[in-house]
Amino acid sequence: MGGSGFLQGFAMDSRVKDGIDQETVAAARALESENYRAGFSTDIETEYAPKGLDESTVRFISAKKDEPDWLLDWRLKAYQRWLTMTEPDWAMVEYDPINYQDIYFYAAPKAGAKYESLDDVPREILETYEKLGIPLREAEVLLGVEGAAETAAAAREPRRIAVDAVFDSVSVATTFRAELEKAGVIFMSISEAVHQHPDLIKAYLGSVVPQSDNYFATLNSAVFSDGTFVYIPPGVRCPMELSTYFRMNAENTGQFERTLIIADKGAYVSYLEGCTAPMRDENQLHAAVVELVALDDAEIKYSTVQNWWPGDETGKGGIYNFVTKRGDCRGPRSKISWTQVETGSAVTWKYPSCILRGDDSVGEFYSIAVTNGRQMADTGTKMIHLGKRTRSRIISKGISAGRSDNTYRGLVSINGKAAQARNFTQCDSLLIGGDCGAHTVPYVENRRADAQLEHEATTTKLSEDQLFYVRQRGLGEEDAVALLVNGFVREVLQELPMEFAVEAQSLLKVSLEGSVG
Amino acid sequence: MLKLTDLTASVGEAGEARTILNGLSLEVPAGEVHAIMGPNGAGKSTLSYVLTGKAGYEVSGGSAWLDGHDLLALDPEERAALGLFLSFQYPLEVPGVPVMTFVRAAMNAQRKARGEAEISAPDFIKMARDIGKELNLSADMLKRPLNVGFSGGEKKRLEIFQMRMLEPRFAILDETDSGLDIDALRIVAEGVNALRSPERGMLVITHYQRLLDYIVPDKVHVLSHGRVILTGGPELALRLEKEGYDGIEGAAA
Ligand SMILES: Nc1ncnc2c1ncn2[C@@H]1O[C@H](COP(=O)(O)OP(=O)(O)O)[C@@H](O)[C@H]1O
Ligand SMILES: [Mg+2]
Repeated sequence: MGGSGFLQGFAMDSRVKDGIDQETVAAARALESENYRAGFSTDIETEYAPKGLDESTVRFISAKKDEPDWLLDWRLKAYQRWLTMTEPDWAMVEYDPINYQDIYFYAAPKAGAKYESLDDVPREILETYEKLGIPLREAEVLLGVEGAAETAAAAREPRRIAVDAVFDSVSVATTFRAELEKAGVIFMSISEAVHQHPDLIKAYLGSVVPQSDNYFATLNSAVFSDGTFVYIPPGVRCPMELSTYFRMNAENTGQFERTLIIADKGAYVSYLEGCTAPMRDENQLHAAVVELVALDDAEIKYSTVQNWWPGDETGKGGIYNFVTKRGDCRGPRSKISWTQVETGSAVTWKYPSCILRGDDSVGEFYSIAVTNGRQMADTGTKMIHLGKRTRSRIISKGISAGRSDNTYRGLVSINGKAAQARNFTQCDSLLIGGDCGAHTVPYVENRRADAQLEHEATTTKLSEDQLFYVRQRGLGEEDAVALLVNGFVREVLQELPMEFAVEAQSLLKVSLEGSVG
Repeated sequence: MLKLTDLTASVGEAGEARTILNGLSLEVPAGEVHAIMGPNGAGKSTLSYVLTGKAGYEVSGGSAWLDGHDLLALDPEERAALGLFLSFQYPLEVPGVPVMTFVRAAMNAQRKARGEAEISAPDFIKMARDIGKELNLSADMLKRPLNVGFSGGEKKRLEIFQMRMLEPRFAILDETDSGLDIDALRIVAEGVNALRSPERGMLVITHYQRLLDYIVPDKVHVLSHGRVILTGGPELALRLEKEGYDGIEGAAA
């Protein structure tokens, strides 16, 4: 993604959907500023950086984290670059311009609990947790209730993380760490890794998503708050699925998250990001960067469930989710697989991509994107075939309900040296009701006569007849919709780790509540 | 058990609504199987949809009671939980949902609505395997998405499979026999007969007498222009076969 366009050197798609209520977005922004606490100071000891962004903000963040000079310089370079860029406007989403001088770019990681007890949490949020079957102890962590366990995982029922029931919450985390250590796996916050593994960070940070990549990635490079760092040594198969659930303080990574995962030669890792619980955040803008590097014969499986607050029925208060995710299949026979379930956020703008550099490398993208109410999602992938016999597979399932808009935007690019490259793309859209939109925008750039490219696309409407058939068998209307939707997305659900898949199913149901009838 | 009195129903937008059921009365006591025969367009499928609660049909008069429940006041799933089952004339596809998953979801939804416990996985699998065998449906077929890529005859057998699994108190079979070869017809009929019992009732809608050789009805009703014009024993079906609907309609008029 270069400059301001989805495609570098390609005709820009400037189709923008009209009709989204400007007032809604304006109101959302007003709400956002209300939520912020007043009173901040430039004093290094305080919890907040001053509102707005200039060079001193970048220095403040770097100093807060006690970063080495090279990283401060790296951030400053990104900041200077960002000043010269303009915000992209090509996605099929529309929102009010973001006032970057009205945002806090840094809040201390331990800013304190958001709620004193579960009694203070709004009832509708608790009800959603209940519908999703999330235990209260875990909800406390996810919602930031005072005195909650340290990680969501620690609060989970022991059986769910396959640890003997006699372990208490602290030893669960400890056991987990010990096992990873034994395997030589590095799994920590990226701030910690800057100090403990500077060589790895130096070598790989920004090597997949360059600082100059796009407006939001450049901004992230300047001000990234925290995120996850993973390194799997050569030949190691990570003994368990890594999840943000297991990382300490994961709930406080902030709005500019940065993730870096490296699978060394022959290594394997499956990483789970996010959770089905509705994540409410007072930061409206989220601009994360995720970089994956797979060396020779390595494999990375990256699964996401994104359920950020979409706003209320009118779209008020929802999150803007502008993410840059990219994987580099750097070595021969390496494989990177993205699986995402996107149900949240008011506005989503996200294209997890694969650079298939190594010969015989494989890229996969499996996506479920649900929009309801007033949500807007513009999501898809880019498969850049550089190496010989590289293969990619794209399965996208978009579900639109309410008055939402859902766009698949994808690029398959076959470079001149990518002999016998292959791609299979399937984009299916499901419409629920008559007021929503589904759009498919596939781009293909092919420089090889021997490439094999297949593209299939379907758009179907959830039919009354189908719903009646299911209800005649005894399922209530919402269960019937959920069953049909789960059927529609089955191919993608199967790609998710088992437990995630089960949670994702109930999440889909909750997300589509009130979409019929 | 099922008692329909003067049922009147129409389809279409107000203004151009068309009356399809026109004062239909009918009673099926528990333990009996009744056949409904009638020419195309007589309103047979409409009757099955009105009884099961499909949207788009406006009931303007009359009543429909099942075991003391006012059917017309209930949602489709509530009627299903009472034990009302419809074998569709044209079964719908349910992409991505395996037959087994679908039937289990349906069974547990009904049980939940009735305040009963869910069926255990082993019990369910055993039951499905046994009934599948009787209907000549292999385990592989039951793993495939419901009705997707199945032939017409297979879809009808899958309807009967669902009926056998759900064990309804009252079943309506809408032309389950059409498009079946003689072997499939026998399999379907055996499936239906297996469910006959003193507590259950059935309405078998059919176009042809053929099915009634295998499922011998207690009564036959002839439906024409949305009402029952003639009721008789099994011999009425044979007479229909010989004289055709025109002859019967003429005689009854
Ligand atoms: N949804 C509908 N809209 C308009 N007309 C309908 C609709 N459903 C049925 N009809 C009409 O009602 C009449 C009875 O149809 P149907 O009940 O399907 O008959 P049968 O099953 O006896 O062949 C037919 O004339 C048919 O065209
Ligand atoms: Mg019919």
